[in-house]
Amino acid sequence: MDIFDKHAHLAARHDKLVNLGADPFAVLVEVLNSPTEARVNGRKAILAGTNNYLGLTFDSACVAAAEAALRSHGTGTTGSRIANGTYEIHHALEQDLARFLRKRSCIVFTTGYQANLAMISGLVGPQDTIFIDSDCHASIYDGCRLACATLIRFRHNDPEDLDRRLARRSDTGGCKLVIVEGLYSMRGDVAPLRDFVEVKVRHRAWLLADEAHSLGVFGRHGRGLAEEQGVETEVDFVVGTFSKSLGAVGGFGASDHPKFDLLRYCARPYMFTASSSPANIASVRAALYRIESDPTLRKRLWTNAERLHAGLRALGFDPCASPGPIIALPLRSEASAARAWDLLRAVGIYVNLGLPPATPDGLCLLRCSVSAAHSTEQVDEICRGFRAVASLLEATPQIGPDKIA
Amino acid sequence: MSDRDEVTERIALLLQRYNPGGLSIDVHTNLIADLRIDSVAAMDLIMEIEDSFGIEIPINLVPDLATFGDLISLVRDRLGPP
Repeated sequence: MDIFDKHAHLAARHDKLVNLGADPFAVLVEVLNSPTEARVNGRKAILAGTNNYLGLTFDSACVAAAEAALRSHGTGTTGSRIANGTYEIHHALEQDLARFLRKRSCIVFTTGYQANLAMISGLVGPQDTIFIDSDCHASIYDGCRLACATLIRFRHNDPEDLDRRLARRSDTGGCKLVIVEGLYSMRGDVAPLRDFVEVKVRHRAWLLADEAHSLGVFGRHGRGLAEEQGVETEVDFVVGTFSKSLGAVGGFGASDHPKFDLLRYCARPYMFTASSSPANIASVRAALYRIESDPTLRKRLWTNAERLHAGLRALGFDPCASPGPIIALPLRSEASAARAWDLLRAVGIYVNLGLPPATPDGLCLLRCSVSAAHSTEQVDEICRGFRAVASLLEATPQIGPDKIA
Repeated sequence: MSDRDEVTERIALLLQRYNPGGLSIDVHTNLIADLRIDSVAAMDLIMEIEDSFGIEIPINLVPDLATFGDLISLVRDRLGPP
């Protein structure tokens, strides 16, 4: 028996995609011209699938801050904060984020994935129960596994279903932690946080909100969906990432809980990994300042999101959610989604191909992410690309795509 | 029909949605190899079973499920003695 035999079904699915002309694992970004343009696999492409919501990856202030930190602090920290000490710049970012989020304390993690692993595995243990929204990101599921707690899944964005499932475990000991996201990465819909808060209060549970996709884009000050819905103080723990609106790599957790910093001594994904490079941290600090000081970034993002959403609807597509930074279009089959994705690449539009099991409810998606850095002309060009897709799917993609399978 | 048969039939009915090919199902039917139920679909199925029987099945138990027979045993276990 070969050690890879267990993955034969995955290999077969990958082969099927390749035969259809689509291989999302072979996307090679050769040259980046800007936050929204690149050469991808030999073709110039408009980037509409990179979660670069505010377009800050090439922001002059962010790049200058990273350059300065690179020269003053070197290329890397070469180890964990436990072993090598905390660089002052990491500490400063934690203070910046805590102030920005109006939380008592903030901890920075090396990646967004590790932020969820560390927060969840640090907050709960085998005696506790976690209730997660069924659409939660893989990092949340993996964090739950690491925590070894009892894991209960509730129906997506359904506070009544959460209420029922919490009631079933009303007589069990341990703590109960509810985990939801602000903006869901696949469908692009948002959580009814206020309703979830009511349920968690009634059952004396704790609430963790992952604002990975919603930070910087929701709320009057860009603090996320909890700010937008007026429930910041009721959300017990916030998780976020630096790899979306903040244009870098990393993650954080924040809370008002007075014992929150205990996670530094008990969360293994914090303790046993190298800390972020100083240049990365410096760019995040600069990006955070940009978010705080320039609300026009968010305004441009939402203007673009409305325009793209309306343009796609006019072509006959039916996005999963109302206008927002993520616009996901369901297609009927893997074959039609793969063919459409490949066609878009051929006409110079890069979006994400979302297929099961990475998507909820077996959805086959073309997923766009909008950026404040997209020009109006680029948004219209993206729509023109989708017009070609609509023609391929004979203008009714949700009804008739199987004919191209 | 005994209570035990009813449990089996109810689970088989819920499983139909995941069996578009109409494969004949018995206790040895493998959920992944035969029915192509992936990890997310398996969790969706568990949620439907929970609601149908009014029981709780932690997701932690899903990786141990291989066959339709395993699923029946798990539900019977969670239901407790008849």
